[in-house]
Amino acid sequence: MQNPSWMSLFATYFIPMFTKGIEVTVPLTLISFVLGLILAVLTALARLSGFAPLVAIARFYVWVIRGTPLLVQLFIIFYGLYQIGVTIPAFPSAVIGFTLSVGAYNSEIIRAAILSIPKGQWEAAESLGMTRWQAMRRIIIPQATRVAIPPLGNSFISLVKDTSLAAVITVTELFHEAQADAAVTYSPLVMYCEAAFIYLIFSTVLSTLQSRIEKRLDRFVA
Amino acid sequence: MAMIELHNIHKQFGSLEVLKGVDLTVDAGNTVVIIGPSGSGKTTLLRCMNLLEFPTQGTLRLGDYTLEFQPGTRVKKDTLIAFRKQTGMVFQGYNLFPHMTALQNVMEGQVTVLKRSKEEARDKALRMLDKVGLKDRADAYPHQLSGGQQQRVGIARAMAMDPKVLLFDEPTSALDPELVGDVLEVMKELANEGMTMVVVTHEMNFAREVADKVVFVDHGVVAEQGPPEHIFEETTNERILQFLNKLRH
Ligand SMILES: Nc1ncnc2c1ncn2[C@@H]1O[C@H](COP(=O)(O)OP(=O)(O)O)[C@@H](O)[C@H]1O
Ligand SMILES: [Mg+2]
Repeated sequence: MQNPSWMSLFATYFIPMFTKGIEVTVPLTLISFVLGLILAVLTALARLSGFAPLVAIARFYVWVIRGTPLLVQLFIIFYGLYQIGVTIPAFPSAVIGFTLSVGAYNSEIIRAAILSIPKGQWEAAESLGMTRWQAMRRIIIPQATRVAIPPLGNSFISLVKDTSLAAVITVTELFHEAQADAAVTYSPLVMYCEAAFIYLIFSTVLSTLQSRIEKRLDRFVA
Repeated sequence: MAMIELHNIHKQFGSLEVLKGVDLTVDAGNTVVIIGPSGSGKTTLLRCMNLLEFPTQGTLRLGDYTLEFQPGTRVKKDTLIAFRKQTGMVFQGYNLFPHMTALQNVMEGQVTVLKRSKEEARDKALRMLDKVGLKDRADAYPHQLSGGQQQRVGIARAMAMDPKVLLFDEPTSALDPELVGDVLEVMKELANEGMTMVVVTHEMNFAREVADKVVFVDHGVVAEQGPPEHIFEETTNERILQFLNKLRH
């Protein structure tokens, strides 16, 4: 009977995997998401600026990132750039890759949210004598944030799972740990299921958090 | 002394000419009511007065600023802002800021644009809300207010900026009939206090009672203007008679 040993394998490797999750997966996700959001806002504003060179740069960036696999981008950053003398360690490489990805996908979410605010809000702000930028900052962005938070939350939860790709560029995160443990124990089924289980814990906690935040925001929306 | 002078104002959207040479004078302290069929250009005319739309041709003077327009004329940002500060606008759809309370709505422009201190802005906002009968709803969000209350907050928000002129675009058209009276009452009071107002409305009783001048806009021109008695009782203009007759039914 294999079952008792499966149980004990699961128990033995839970702590190491979970620890990698907390120590690497979570920081990788948080850092990439925060930097990515900043990039996303800048990209959205560039696209809405109406200033042709900025619009072109922003569109090009989004086009390239959305049109190529994240896995390939990570390989270019970590293995590819090495060839021209640019050596970036694994973790920062992953941060760069995920930041670029978060920036591109979420810039579209943010742009759509800004465009969803009725024209009358701009007009009310401008009729008070606000500049475009004051109207954007004081009136439009606070409302657009509320519109954008649910899809941004989804994108955040996707990122937690996508960070498992960092294993292929040698970042020792949760999934990398699972691979190592599978090799040692000759029990890939248990180890990978265990990794899946831990990802499930992370994403469930985040989903719960997300719906709480959304409920709080709902109180102010007509 | 005229507060607003429009001379030969044209406005074109692409190939559609909406205003075709409007001349209009609004004296300081007067209430001018603009009436006319739907699509005749009333909203566009009003929006030209605070430069939410730029006229394609003509001369526009409001308070201290005179602007000449030619197709493609660009107004410098500072002039644009200074010009708009002289006017307050009340919208058909209220356009309150939904993420702010009534009080914050009325404070916002004072703090962001006029750079008043928070305390000063709050004081003024509370006085304005009191004036429109909503001091006790200062902390309510727009969605917690009825349409009539929202529109009165809209008036308070515009008034708090101490504008020289208040512009109203059908301020009661979106309201349930029983809520119209409160809003009109506030507007009457402002008129009596000597506020200069330009009001687009279909409320003919308001026009009769409050207006110093009624302006009938038709197909992008001022077809006729005069004191309310003239427009409502003496005119022989077929289009006006037709228009007024339609409103009664
Ligand atoms: N931004 C715009 N672009 C194109 N056409 C417009 C625009 N705004 C108004 N119009 C047109 O101008 C005409 C007059 O509109 P408007 O000034 O709103 O009339 P009113 O307020 O008297 O009903 C209408 O035919 C309308 O479709
Ligand atoms: Mg209109």
